[in-house]
Amino acid sequence: MTPTQFREIEGRSGGFFALLCTLVLLVLAGLGAAWHMEHEGHHVTGMSNRIVWGTPHVFAVFLIVAASGALNVASIASVFGRDLYKPLARLSGLLAVALLAGGLSVLVLDLGRPDRLIVAMTHYNFKSIFAWNIFLYTGFFAVVAVYLWTMFERRMNSHSARAGLLAFVWRLVLTTGTGSIFGFLVARETYNSALLAPLFIVMSFSFGLAVFTLVLMASFRGTGRALGDALIARLTRLLGLFVAAVLYFVLVYHLTNLYIARHHEVERFILLGGGIYTALFWIGQVLVGGVIPLALVFRPGASRSRTAAAAGCVIAGGLAQLYVLIIGGQAFPQALFPGKEVASSFFDGVVASYSPSLAEIALGTGGMALALALTVVGLKVLPFLPQSLSDAAIDPAET
Amino acid sequence: MSLGRREFLAWGTAATAGAALAPVISLVELAQARSPEEAASSLRRWGLLIDITKCADCDECVTACHTENGVANNGRPRTDAQWIRKVNLRDKRTAVAQTLPLMCQHCEDPPCVDVCPTGASFKRDDGIVLVDKHTCIGCRYCVMACPYGARSFVHETVTGQRPDVPRGKGTVESCTLCVHRVDRGDAPACVEACNRDGGKAMLFGDLNDASAEIHRRLHAEPSAQVRADLALDTGVRYQGL
Repeated sequence: MTPTQFREIEGRSGGFFALLCTLVLLVLAGLGAAWHMEHEGHHVTGMSNRIVWGTPHVFAVFLIVAASGALNVASIASVFGRDLYKPLARLSGLLAVALLAGGLSVLVLDLGRPDRLIVAMTHYNFKSIFAWNIFLYTGFFAVVAVYLWTMFERRMNSHSARAGLLAFVWRLVLTTGTGSIFGFLVARETYNSALLAPLFIVMSFSFGLAVFTLVLMASFRGTGRALGDALIARLTRLLGLFVAAVLYFVLVYHLTNLYIARHHEVERFILLGGGIYTALFWIGQVLVGGVIPLALVFRPGASRSRTAAAAGCVIAGGLAQLYVLIIGGQAFPQALFPGKEVASSFFDGVVASYSPSLAEIALGTGGMALALALTVVGLKVLPFLPQSLSDAAIDPAET
Repeated sequence: MSLGRREFLAWGTAATAGAALAPVISLVELAQARSPEEAASSLRRWGLLIDITKCADCDECVTACHTENGVANNGRPRTDAQWIRKVNLRDKRTAVAQTLPLMCQHCEDPPCVDVCPTGASFKRDDGIVLVDKHTCIGCRYCVMACPYGARSFVHETVTGQRPDVPRGKGTVESCTLCVHRVDRGDAPACVEACNRDGGKAMLFGDLNDASAEIHRRLHAEPSAQVRADLALDTGVRYQGL
């Protein structure tokens, strides 16, 4: 196998600047939305005292989960020794950092007091999984930065495998932490399950690879570089495997709940009578995010547009899944007095109403735009992208 | 009956000793009272006992709480803060109806304190669960964690704050058990209002003090915790639930 040549993208075309300008405008819209929410208070959003985590959290959690998943491609190369994926490792690391930065920006700007970020950095309650996550997130930046350094700096190449292993372990712990934010909530029927940690890990595999595949295809197409069918076919099959794994964990999660009498009501809510949440579960999460991508991926005969469509479906389905989990999970009333009907001025006992405000959607999409803008700028200033990934340029023995 | 010299001396000595000890005893009481500088003591565990068979169909406790703590109603029920609320229950099988006040249950092992990333949610040594308004970053994880829906996020600019009760937009708050009153030796506003204008259903006191009425009743009569299955050992107990 000939050594892979990496080169920055040229970044002078009208298309490049149009893309960058669009992304910057979306980021500015997100910042404006955050300023509006912070200045007026959260009553201008769709959130309430019953739905305290709204649409920004859906985007933020998606980006954070996808960030750790995007790093998987690099891990497959360095931890599992698959040389086919080695040329993709740099882009994998860049996307991981960019997606995490986008997600964390949304999370921080949605705080009631984003100006107190320094407090979050200096006061820790180590029993809180949230506090642990602050370390896991900042550590992730550092670990991936070192990993990228070992890839870029020839003298450090020999340490790349070890750095890759550390990054892989770190990302598994990080996603466990993200899943446990929900898994450790004892008082909510919809969370409160150790299964959420591994579920989040397979979700990260799936969402991260979907984002990675789309960015890879778009960047190679935009720069006119060769991208071989063999590599695309391999990534597509892998995506199918991850999508199936997510469906499996979702199935086990709901089967377990269906077996337990006190969870029957919440299952009835999500699976049957939950209105928008039921629709998003079946149509968004299961059909668009699961069944359709599987059909697209495993249908005989490969096609790039089908791969791109499958990846797009996984992203849309992933957002639907997190909407159902995060917002549906709060909308369902907490069991204050089991066996009794409950009513109060706090809307106890009824499904909480929520509709996302424009500001929340702008903040969330602003975070996505920030992740993509960072990626685009990264590709321009440093040689992250291989010059060619044609079938001939990569090891035929691997394909 | 005539007193012998011996009896007279015995009674006289006892009376003198009693008279001499009385101020000492009140001094001891005074010494036990908390000065503003003194830290809360874990020897105490403040709590409430609410007899819902006496809980009237009124909201005196709610009004008193929100007046005392400057919690204003902005006409936006979905986002307005509620430190205490009246909850109406109806048994699904028997349709028996009940009403009760629900607020922060001041748990011994509060989930809100466990999840708070900065430690802004904390429990005082005397069992009162509070939010440090200086270190709350408004992440709302405690709202997610509370089993009782007892916490509110301040969704808009606060007006009409009371000097003793700091509040602030973008932070989380809940019942403080009127800590500013408790530290002065008074009962929480809800308890005072219930016993003055309501059904006289609420009793406040030190759960650890064997001489306190709340201690006596909790040891003599049956009571229950809300969501006792979560094993949070709440400081607020109910009777008639």
